[in-house]
Amino acid sequence: MSANPASRWSLRILGLGYLTLLLLIPLVMIFYKTFEDGIGPPLDAVTSPDGLHALKLSLLMVAISVPLNTIFGVGCALLLVRHKTRLNPVIDAVINLPFAVSPVVIGLSLFLLYGTGGWFAFIGEEGFKILFAVPGMVLASIFVSLPFVVRETVPVLQEIGTDQEQAASTLGANGWQTFRKITLPSIRWGVAYGVVLTTARVLGEFGAVTIVSGSISGQTQTLPLFVEKQYQNFNSTGAYGASLVLALLALITLFAMNLLKRKEDA
Amino acid sequence: MEAHPANLPAPTASRAGLRLPGIGTGIGGGMVMLYLSVIVLLPLAAVASEAFSGGLGHFWEQVTSPLAVKSLKLTVVCSLIVVVLNGIFGTILAWLLVRDEFPGKSLINAVIDLPFALPTIVASLVLLTLYGTDSPLGIDIASTRAAVVVALMFVTLPFVVRAVQPLLLEMDREMEAAAASLGAGNFTIFRRIIFPNLLPGLGAGIALAFARALGEFGSVLLFAGGLPDTTVTSVFIRNQVESNNLVGASAVSMVLLVASLLLLGCVSLIQRWAIRHDRSSSEFIPTLAKDVSGDGGGI
Repeated sequence: MSANPASRWSLRILGLGYLTLLLLIPLVMIFYKTFEDGIGPPLDAVTSPDGLHALKLSLLMVAISVPLNTIFGVGCALLLVRHKTRLNPVIDAVINLPFAVSPVVIGLSLFLLYGTGGWFAFIGEEGFKILFAVPGMVLASIFVSLPFVVRETVPVLQEIGTDQEQAASTLGANGWQTFRKITLPSIRWGVAYGVVLTTARVLGEFGAVTIVSGSISGQTQTLPLFVEKQYQNFNSTGAYGASLVLALLALITLFAMNLLKRKEDA
Repeated sequence: MEAHPANLPAPTASRAGLRLPGIGTGIGGGMVMLYLSVIVLLPLAAVASEAFSGGLGHFWEQVTSPLAVKSLKLTVVCSLIVVVLNGIFGTILAWLLVRDEFPGKSLINAVIDLPFALPTIVASLVLLTLYGTDSPLGIDIASTRAAVVVALMFVTLPFVVRAVQPLLLEMDREMEAAAASLGAGNFTIFRRIIFPNLLPGLGAGIALAFARALGEFGSVLLFAGGLPDTTVTSVFIRNQVESNNLVGASAVSMVLLVASLLLLGCVSLIQRWAIRHDRSSSEFIPTLAKDVSGDGGGI
């Protein structure tokens, strides 16, 4: 279909206009609003004790959830692709659940499981606080970001096939050597892509964490929760300062995604 | 990962039986199931158990309470509007990214994924500033149903683009050339050749966007607020949790959960149908994760 200039231009105006109003202007807006009154106020908000604590807590969420989901994701992908078991269809379906569930429902589910009268309430009663504390927030972060590494690793594993792995084991490599020297190098960019997506999701998670954390300033507030609290306290400069930090992290994520996609193509 | 399945080596037939570390099949499967149970299945089972803890009658009472029905209706109607709009604009954007050339195209291609990377609460805040009371554009739709629609449009934008893009990339241009040589106009070519070929991707993208829209929370929260007229289902559930009506929250959660599962079921049906009919060279419908993560075509 070789569109004539008129229809080509109207498609461009429609599509790019939509994108500009919906994505581009909002993106520019974050930067503009943050520095509207100079660099001082947003910097003060982000470097306030509560702001710094929120940033640290967000990074802690990443530091715990991402490695766990990465190890699980690679192992699970190996199981799904290389070993046909009867459990595979079940595992495959369950992996997708976090995509189907609203973050609020995820928060509620943990609230019910670990809260008063819940099946696992005894853990809290033993003195290991889960709800309104870091462990509950970690569980929420792991839940929401669970599928990414699996989903990005499975197709790569399928593509590389087993020829090299079989050659390695014929030459006497044991399972671990084969994995470390052959499989892992071949799937690394796929895994890395999954890790980037997992990190972005954990950093930005709001709905699930808001329910299990109670959003207590300086205690159980991640950066997205801090944004909401600042906004509710009519400190929009603070909200924008923290938003800018999150937006910059999002842009780094986009950059990493594109870079990794190119690596995989190569 | 990448959207050029034609270049990929075919999966080897003899892939079974290779032993990899830690995955003695039985132990590995058990460990995976244990992780999934603790992280995903048990929590969701707790929601189901709570939803029906007062019996089926009580469950139904909660789901059909006026406020619950109102929020469900609002959410479904807004989500429908959003997927229609994003179906149209998403297809246009995919077409521009594949068939058109303009300066900044690769930048645009990268920016499409922004809604997947940007935290939803940040999206809500910035949409509120842009289309709220102090709107620099003079458009104030904060705390209206239009705000719900715009917020959902933002977060679901990439789904259709990323599902349609690889299909357009792989589409055989010769069919179009043949149609044109037989005298078909552009509209006829689009309707009879291009559109039917894009349909599986469009369907999958729309279903994924719909599932995402049904459960969306953060982006709607600040922008559309929690007025009675703008309370979407996820905000309604949060309100029920805060007012300690956990059975009500769980009951409505089950409705959302079942609806999303049905939609995801549709996606995998479309995928299977498309693979069976082999509309293109190979498995071209992006998998769920590719959609959610926005794995684009290699432009």
